[in-house]
Amino acid sequence: MADTAMLRKPSDVTDDVLLNLYTEMVRLRVFDRRCVRLQRAGRIGTYPPLEGQEACQVASTLALRRQDFVVPTYRDYGAMMVHGVPMEHILMYWNGRAEGCEIPDDVNVFPIAVPIATQLPHAAGLAWAAKLRGIDQVALGFFGDGASSEGDFHEALNFAGVFQIPVIFFCENNQYAISVPFRRQTATQTIAEKAAAYGVRGVRVNGQDALEVYRAVRSAVEQAAAGGGPTLIEALTYRYGAHTTSDDPSKYRDPSEADAWRERDPIVQLRQSLVSWGLWDDEAETELLERLESEVTAAVARMEALGPPNPDHLFDCVYAELSPHLERQRRALRAELKDWEGTDQ
Amino acid sequence: MAQMTMVQAVNNALDVELGRDKSVLVFGEDVGQNGGVFRATDGLQAKYGKDRVFDTPLAESGIIGLANGLAMQGFRPVAEIQFFGFVFEAMDEIAGQAARMRFRTNGRYTCPLVVRSPFGGGNKTPEMHADSLEGLFVQTPGLRVVIPSNPYDAKGLLISAIRDNDPVIFLEHMKLYRSLRAEVPEEAYTVPLDKANVVREGRDLTVIAYGAMVHTALKAAEELAKQRGVQAEVIDLRSVNPIDIETIVTSVKKTHRAVVVQEAQRSAGAAAEIIAQINEHAIYHLEGPVLRVTPPDTVYPFAQIEDEWIPDSAQVLRGFDKVLSL
Repeated sequence: MADTAMLRKPSDVTDDVLLNLYTEMVRLRVFDRRCVRLQRAGRIGTYPPLEGQEACQVASTLALRRQDFVVPTYRDYGAMMVHGVPMEHILMYWNGRAEGCEIPDDVNVFPIAVPIATQLPHAAGLAWAAKLRGIDQVALGFFGDGASSEGDFHEALNFAGVFQIPVIFFCENNQYAISVPFRRQTATQTIAEKAAAYGVRGVRVNGQDALEVYRAVRSAVEQAAAGGGPTLIEALTYRYGAHTTSDDPSKYRDPSEADAWRERDPIVQLRQSLVSWGLWDDEAETELLERLESEVTAAVARMEALGPPNPDHLFDCVYAELSPHLERQRRALRAELKDWEGTDQ
Repeated sequence: MAQMTMVQAVNNALDVELGRDKSVLVFGEDVGQNGGVFRATDGLQAKYGKDRVFDTPLAESGIIGLANGLAMQGFRPVAEIQFFGFVFEAMDEIAGQAARMRFRTNGRYTCPLVVRSPFGGGNKTPEMHADSLEGLFVQTPGLRVVIPSNPYDAKGLLISAIRDNDPVIFLEHMKLYRSLRAEVPEEAYTVPLDKANVVREGRDLTVIAYGAMVHTALKAAEELAKQRGVQAEVIDLRSVNPIDIETIVTSVKKTHRAVVVQEAQRSAGAAAEIIAQINEHAIYHLEGPVLRVTPPDTVYPFAQIEDEWIPDSAQVLRGFDKVLSL
């Protein structure tokens, strides 16, 4: 697969978009590498690195409109940030803080899906709601190659096909479900061809090529918004690192595999193109990296400035209203926790 | 006032709420054109159209998963699981997703859906159609679990469930669908989701039951009064999550003895929870241990022997006698 798309400056994408694609990808990489270091230092909990998948997450999300939904998996916090979730919330989430689950009211991002493929019926449901209301809104549900084996993948695509729902199913096929390679996940050659079984359009793109991903999602959004129904997009990519910071990929992959993918790194490729088109230079790169390092440092500081967690949260959002038996249990726990201070109001 | 069966009352509740609130949607397998395998949704698609009452593909997880998506966007989905024995297919979408969404997003997203489902034994259904699985959801924070015992409650509780801001599992005992009629107002009314109902007053023994077992318990209570002149107070729980322990404790403080009658298997379900809570709140008012009358902890049986497995009024009466003897 030759990555030739970058050779000529595209006429269908503005310079602003080109620069946005690049700076957001670099932002995710700077963030991601810092998170791995924070985890190693015990300053956040277990963390699933995304390095290598920046083009998939950034280009797909930038091709959406503000009103469209991002429906992420646990590795798509990059896409969440691109669509407007504050960086410190992502840090707080991976540090085990309820505050990290908060999504600003004007940001159409759904919570991180932890079990596999459960978010795909949600994405279809959200988009279906928009269709029923006659609102121009598309949902993009992320998933991995492993998720294509789950029943929820089938059920979501089937519903989307039958009801012609304005939803995009975006597969980041990073070749491994933890340790299980793509070839042990499915007997089909691609994920994209599975779309045919549901009467859904299936597209396969080079997930290391930000422009190719951007164009595929933009086209799928246009189709969905025009009443043309769902699209399944398979983006071929690779996670350079471990599944999570608790995982050791050397147990199941030859390191030369990651080296080969790094030669087609989405950030390096786009930077070379931007430079050749006169849109980027070393000075801009230095400024960008300084700005991003400061942004991440400030976000880490905000995460670490949080006081101890408030145990009231345990009871706050279980039901719309606290029942008498939960109120009793709350009082009992308060009595147990001597350090439960300053939360009586 | 109209006389309705419970299945008619359910249909009427859906009709009233579909008419009142455009965000209410009713869907599931065979609920549209066919009106549901029990006719609980009969006529609703013709009245409200295929955008609001519709058939889905045969996919329980997909049905609840899409209902969650719709609910998070402000719809009030009433999704049907055709038989509650099939709920395992949708377990993650109910217990993992709907029940936890409010908590996981600190209130930003909620899933105010109703999962309606026929359940319960004694109808000679095929295998895996008749289980009482409510205990699984008693142990699931974030859910309500409502089980009506009669047509009046069924309508009022279902309307409350649709209007409630939490996800509600609404279980309709198949044996009650057409076995009794009662006066049910045509207009909308609500029955609170967390208040038990004292359906027979008595001073000597508290009996706690829900669903079809309310009727079995009432029959045994009448027999007890006739045989021994002992008056049992029968509480129809209506909701097993949360459990209205206040009503139970008030009764136990009066009668000093209690027994729980449950159609589900014995261990770790609603009955076990009720007894634990009575111990916590009223143990010094008790004259003897609280017992439970239930089927054994075995797999729901094949149809030919289900009547022996499910407690009948004679078995319940023996339970009463035992509690009174201790």
